[in-house]
Amino acid sequence: MGPNLFINYGEAVAMILFGIGFGNLLLQPNLIKKIIGLNIMDTAVYLFLAEKGYIAGRVAPIVADGVQDMEAYINPIPSGLVLTGIVVSVSVSALMLALTIRLYRRYHTLDLDEISRQLKKEGL
Amino acid sequence: MDLVQNFPCFSIILCLFAGIISSGLRDKAALRVNTVLLTVVTLLSGATLLYTLHTGESFVYVMGRFPAPWGNEIRAGVLEALMALFFCIIMLLSLLGGRHKLLEEVEEGKTYLYYVLTDLLLSSLLALVYTNDMFTAYVFVEINTISACGLIMIRQNGRTIEAAVRYMIMSLLGSGLLLLGLCMMYDLTGHLLMSNMKESVALLASGGEYEIPLIVAIVLMTSGICIKSALFPFHAWLPDAYGYSTVSSAAILSSLVSKGYIFLLIKIIYRVIGFNVYHDTRIIDALFAFGLMGMVFGSLSAIKENDIRRMIAFSSVAQIGYIYMGFGMGTQAGMTASVFHILSHAATKSLLFIAAIGLTDVSGGSRKFIELTGAGYRNKWAGVTFTVGSLSMVGVPLFSGFISKLLFAQAAVQNHTKMLPALIILGISTILNAIYFMKTVIRIYTPVGETAYTSITFREMRVYAITLVAFILLNVILGISSQPVVDMIQQGLAMFA
Repeated sequence: MGPNLFINYGEAVAMILFGIGFGNLLLQPNLIKKIIGLNIMDTAVYLFLAEKGYIAGRVAPIVADGVQDMEAYINPIPSGLVLTGIVVSVSVSALMLALTIRLYRRYHTLDLDEISRQLKKEGL
Repeated sequence: MDLVQNFPCFSIILCLFAGIISSGLRDKAALRVNTVLLTVVTLLSGATLLYTLHTGESFVYVMGRFPAPWGNEIRAGVLEALMALFFCIIMLLSLLGGRHKLLEEVEEGKTYLYYVLTDLLLSSLLALVYTNDMFTAYVFVEINTISACGLIMIRQNGRTIEAAVRYMIMSLLGSGLLLLGLCMMYDLTGHLLMSNMKESVALLASGGEYEIPLIVAIVLMTSGICIKSALFPFHAWLPDAYGYSTVSSAAILSSLVSKGYIFLLIKIIYRVIGFNVYHDTRIIDALFAFGLMGMVFGSLSAIKENDIRRMIAFSSVAQIGYIYMGFGMGTQAGMTASVFHILSHAATKSLLFIAAIGLTDVSGGSRKFIELTGAGYRNKWAGVTFTVGSLSMVGVPLFSGFISKLLFAQAAVQNHTKMLPALIILGISTILNAIYFMKTVIRIYTPVGETAYTSITFREMRVYAITLVAFILLNVILGISSQPVVDMIQQGLAMFA
């Protein structure tokens, strides 16, 4: 396990980042920090994918100089997945930020627990 | 290729386009587009169901003429078509039943947005049901989350926005885990199409290679979907989201959105990992345990609740526990029972939400039990419907809930090690269900002498009353003629394998 971990250090870093992001999204009371956690979590997955798709010594799959050999290029599918993932993550972050603005305008705080307390007081 | 084979793809595209067109329309026109869309998609799904029943096998629709393993595919069998048909009917009825509340609770000139969101939601649900590609499934899971969040916050007050934020946070945690698990599966198998993944997983499992990564990936995907569908310890967001949003949203969220995710899990179990490999990982024991806990604790929370909408919401937690308990049995019979319970719970829970709104409307809009006293006399249709829903939830014969309880009990008997806990908890949960639902039914039929609230007649709520009758019919049909549905489910599950 030890040497494998060292060789695949990129994946190991991605997993650690995923954990950090996940913990932040779950545990932080502050909404902005939660959104930062969300972005760290998603980016960690993209790092993982990019790391998995890369093959040492090969180049991006753009045919140049007429080289058609498959052995010359890296796997393009993970890159495609990363792009799709980024689009999803951007739209989700935008929605979360919009919701945060709504809540901030109403309750003048970013603390989700504080907002819950104020809601209880309102008795809605 | 037959014309019918185009229908699944056609329905998804139709929903997406209806959503785009509706965003430029006025309220009334968007409503019309939505109703026409739902009717058309219901007919298309019905045709697909008949076609697959007739041919007796599933079909694959290749998107963009790229053959497997590169292209994207749609796959339709009996079970997929049945689910799509059922989802459309429930959504149509939920929207009809909650229409008057929607007009009250959402600003005029903004209700068209609601229909944009429901169109998108339907497209994502259909895509989750039909897709044969894991990454497409992930993208539509996110679309589903975003539109569900919109459905919660369309009614603007502090509560709903807070509920929407909490819903989003839990959903995003779930989809993060799902995405990570999916990427690991891609690395292990080298494929994204479900059928190709399954072949590679079978090779890996038989060769004993990459055992731990495979289990980690399966656990990540399963727990992601469990969080998203509010299995017991992850249900904290659920009561607020179901309890304070507008009533159509509550009905759609409880009966369709969470079921869409659960259906995706069924597809993952059967079509990506393979039933036997999944069974051998022992994850199903965890699902079984959490399902049992959900059945008890969801019902206990519902008993404590003093708010009818939140009570029904907590009851959902218990019912989702039933579904996961069926997965946890690890037998085909348990799976069949779970799928039947998905249908039965979807039909009953949306009925309960829609009926509850009729009762609270004639009680001055209050949802507290004390105010609901005698509401069954003030709105007779809603009272009768709520009683039917309660009886179905408790598991009285004639109604759909009875059949699913029966199927669960039969499945439990087949599994020797899990028989005892399953049957005991099933019994306890039924008693708890009876306590809180019968308490409500007795409350709404307790006569009150003098009351400040007025009754409502059939003429004032024609559409609403007809919707209620349709709901009751759906429930009774599922309860009386359950055998054809169970046969279809078994046939569909056999096609999955």
